[in-house]
Amino acid sequence: MNRLVLFFHKTGSPPWFYRFAGKLIPWLWLLFAVLTAIGLYLGLIEAPPDYQQGESVRIMYLHVPAAWMSMMIYALMAVMGFIALVWRIRIMEILAISSAPVGAAFTLIALVTGSLWGRPTWGTYWVWDARLTSELVLLFLYMGVIALYNAYDEPRKAARAAALLSIVGAINLPIIHFSVQWWNTLHQGSSISMKGSSIDASMLWPLLIMAIAAKFYYGANLLSRARLRLLKQDHRKRWVNELLDEEH
Amino acid sequence: MSKPNAYSAFVALVRRDLLLAYRRRAELLQPLFFLLVVITLFPLGVGPSLSLLAKIAPGVIWIAALLATVLSLDGLFRSDFEDGTLEQMVLSGQSLALIALGRTVTHWLVAGLPIVLLSPLLAMWMNLPDSGMPVLIKSLALGTPVLSLIGAIGGALTVSLKRGGQLMSLLVFPLYVPLLILATNAVSSAVAGLPYNGQLGLMFAGLIAALTLAPFATAAALKLSLT
Repeated sequence: MNRLVLFFHKTGSPPWFYRFAGKLIPWLWLLFAVLTAIGLYLGLIEAPPDYQQGESVRIMYLHVPAAWMSMMIYALMAVMGFIALVWRIRIMEILAISSAPVGAAFTLIALVTGSLWGRPTWGTYWVWDARLTSELVLLFLYMGVIALYNAYDEPRKAARAAALLSIVGAINLPIIHFSVQWWNTLHQGSSISMKGSSIDASMLWPLLIMAIAAKFYYGANLLSRARLRLLKQDHRKRWVNELLDEEH
Repeated sequence: MSKPNAYSAFVALVRRDLLLAYRRRAELLQPLFFLLVVITLFPLGVGPSLSLLAKIAPGVIWIAALLATVLSLDGLFRSDFEDGTLEQMVLSGQSLALIALGRTVTHWLVAGLPIVLLSPLLAMWMNLPDSGMPVLIKSLALGTPVLSLIGAIGGALTVSLKRGGQLMSLLVFPLYVPLLILATNAVSSAVAGLPYNGQLGLMFAGLIAALTLAPFATAAALKLSLT
């Protein structure tokens, strides 16, 4: 069996996953901190103010990565949920449900920063255009998954129900992506595409750096939550007690 | 007697459900009364100005239809779950997706179709212009089956929970949003004299997608709830 396949098999074992994630998490936090420092420096200090919006455009460096993460995490949650449903891998169930609060938090950040950004630029805190509305609906989808998980008593059954719901809700994601093309909206048209972007490099770089930093945040946060949930679920098992004995 | 095939199982289930529904007619009229009451509350709440009512008519009628459908979805699988019939259906060896589809079909016939038939009355109450009425009926005819199909997934996911009903409505509302947007957009466009076939076309595509995929999700959810 080659090393990559062996690695994936090992991650299915709770004690191995716990230790491996524990080693990975500090590095993820470090990379997050470094990239955020660079990104915020470039974005808040080096990058020029927008010719129309002035300094308030700088909220973009928080708002856009948060919005991108909110959608990416939902897609990942649905994929992890699918794997958990089909192959019944417990670690996948834990990772999927641990992603939900992180994704919901990013969605909330996107909504709040977007609202604060809208006030000076559009004159209003909120409009019901397609993109904003879809992001709000995405928040409700996250809350639905979390609520469904918490409604069940048995953790594995709860995780499978939540996984099913997140897959069904994944239909919403393409609608968010294409909503800017389907309706005439107030929101800025998609400026970053596969063909290249219409944003100047001095603004694009901080944006992309912040986006990557957000991914490291997600990784670190997700693994921390997953470890905690694993400990809670396995608290009667021998490997947890051995672990706790080790640490004393 | 020949071995029962999937089609005869489907027909038997639909006939049983329709018979049960007929015996509890009063119970089934409640969501429809709810629909009528909600529509009536709107003019009482926003004022009887006909132009205002006409402007909000598509949205109000569709939201009322949504709420009424969610109300009627709560007990979709519950009584069968509680007395063990659902378990027997799963054990029967018949395709669970087909059973789920059968239940959804009867739900639409007793809850969704009456909404479509009542829509001219609702349109009149909300002063919807005549140009919008045919499209309203078409949008409801295309949309209410999707409400039943997706709602069945929610109903199956929450059937084993104690307070399943409240949670179910919260779960399905985000899933209904694209449908609501498309349908009300279609009716508003028709009233404004703009083209609306695109929206109806997308709703039809959504109906086909839901018809082919939702029963499988419902079946998976039912199996999950019964373990």
